[in-house]
Amino acid sequence: MVHLLETHALTKQFAGFVAVKDVNLRVRKGHIHALIGPNGAGKTTCFNLITKFLQPTSGSIVYDGRDITRDSAGAVARTGLVRSFQISAVFPHLTALENVRLGLQQPTGLTFSFWKPTRVLYRLHDRARELLEAVGLSEFADTTAGEMPYGRKRALEIATTLALEPELMLLDEPMAGMGHEDIARVSDLIRKVSENRTVLMVEHNLEVVSTLSDTITVLQRGQILAEGSYDEVSNDPAVREAYMGTGGE
Amino acid sequence: MSGPTTQSADAPTRRLAGLLIAGAGLAVLVVAPFTGLYTVFLMKLMCFALFACAFNLMLGYVGLLSFGHAAFFGMAAYATGHVVKEWGFDPFLGILAGAAVAGAMGLVFGAIAIRQKGIYFAMITLALAQMVYFFCLQVKFTHGEDGIQGIPRGMLFGLVDLRDSLNMYFFVAAIFVVGYAIIYRTVHSPFGQALKGIRENEPRMISLGYPVARIKVMAFTISAALAGLAGATKSIVFQAATLTDVHWHMSGEVVLMTLIGGMGTMFGPVVGAGVIVALQNYLATIGSWVTVVMGVIFVVCVLTFRRGIVGEILARLPHRR
Repeated sequence: MVHLLETHALTKQFAGFVAVKDVNLRVRKGHIHALIGPNGAGKTTCFNLITKFLQPTSGSIVYDGRDITRDSAGAVARTGLVRSFQISAVFPHLTALENVRLGLQQPTGLTFSFWKPTRVLYRLHDRARELLEAVGLSEFADTTAGEMPYGRKRALEIATTLALEPELMLLDEPMAGMGHEDIARVSDLIRKVSENRTVLMVEHNLEVVSTLSDTITVLQRGQILAEGSYDEVSNDPAVREAYMGTGGE
Repeated sequence: MSGPTTQSADAPTRRLAGLLIAGAGLAVLVVAPFTGLYTVFLMKLMCFALFACAFNLMLGYVGLLSFGHAAFFGMAAYATGHVVKEWGFDPFLGILAGAAVAGAMGLVFGAIAIRQKGIYFAMITLALAQMVYFFCLQVKFTHGEDGIQGIPRGMLFGLVDLRDSLNMYFFVAAIFVVGYAIIYRTVHSPFGQALKGIRENEPRMISLGYPVARIKVMAFTISAALAGLAGATKSIVFQAATLTDVHWHMSGEVVLMTLIGGMGTMFGPVVGAGVIVALQNYLATIGSWVTVVMGVIFVVCVLTFRRGIVGEILARLPHRR
């Protein structure tokens, strides 16, 4: 199968306002696919629809050849489609190690074992440390997540997501609110983790998008305006007018 | 015992400290009836402490305020009273039956209310508990305003005479210890980890594929069953199950106990229950002024030490942030 994720005429209406309209998105297996567009273009809504945090008004979503339009958010996550959030989604009062361990715990089937001591989870620590190391957070293992610098929280979030071995990672503005150094670090990280998986991300930073992504979809007012490689998209006159002209570099 | 813990280098020290605290607690329980304290008072205290701990599992560890826990406490008391008095159950079996009834109710209430949060969750649980109250007022087996009176304490396993107050005391103490241990284990288990995750960041837990609603219903069921265990035990101690036990006042009282002691701490609800039960007992002579005194204490507590007595102490200890 060439496309890991497809949406067909995906539409979401909020009380008369159409946030996403007839979006046909196709994400190729192994690609880094970016969704860009001006504010209010419906990027995050698209994300919420695909991950089932929102229920589409019409249209369908096919993941890995299976229709997931009616699945719950949790069920979607368990099939390997795991998302991050625009705001840092860490567990602030848990340590970095415990954050990642929560990701590792989910597939173990231990979650309902209220009669077992927390100790049974310690066997996950080796894997958790590996994941922390992979995102450059080894020395933060015992740090409470809430006390970590912003860029490190994003890295921690990615490590927690990776704990589920997702086939498709959805990253919602992974660079939002980051300084230059952090951007470089997280870009490298995304490139590294995308080696054997597919990534769909919403991102505002065009420099990041141009260097990272294989395919770009430009959304405007809830509809697809253009799709293709960075060169194709950036030379598209409609895109230049709608996006580069207003919010561009 | 509470808050963020790191299971790293100091884990053995922590374990030792935990064992010492548990040992000291057990010693206090064993010695207490010989200190001249009234055993009925101590048993009442343990029943309410267990009730508050069970309630705290929802408020402190899941972050959901149930305003209907009296329904579990009171219905378990009725159920136990009925099966022991009318059907001649062994007191232990009777108490288990009461807890089971409360647990089953918790499962149903939880399934109905759990998708709501904050004030909506509190209101739905209150509404359900009010329905239980009116049910208890109407049906025959609860004997309406009179309640079930004269529940026999009987012989435990046909061997131990519970009419002896010291025997009864140790029976209640054993139930309290087991109930407390179940709560402690639940909080410090893989399940407890998932609860922490939900309290800290629920959308993230959903995105990690956790069946969040089912986890919460499970926590609610455990909490209800243990609240029932407390109510059931109380009905044997006082040999009565009355409308007071299912009244919403009771739901309010357990909130008060938990907040004064320190929600989200293992020991806070025990202290809170101690404070409230002691006040009710020793200030009984001033009649309805007890309510005023408790109100003042509550206001002072919220204004000055919002984390509750134990929460405040833990926050001031070095080593625990």
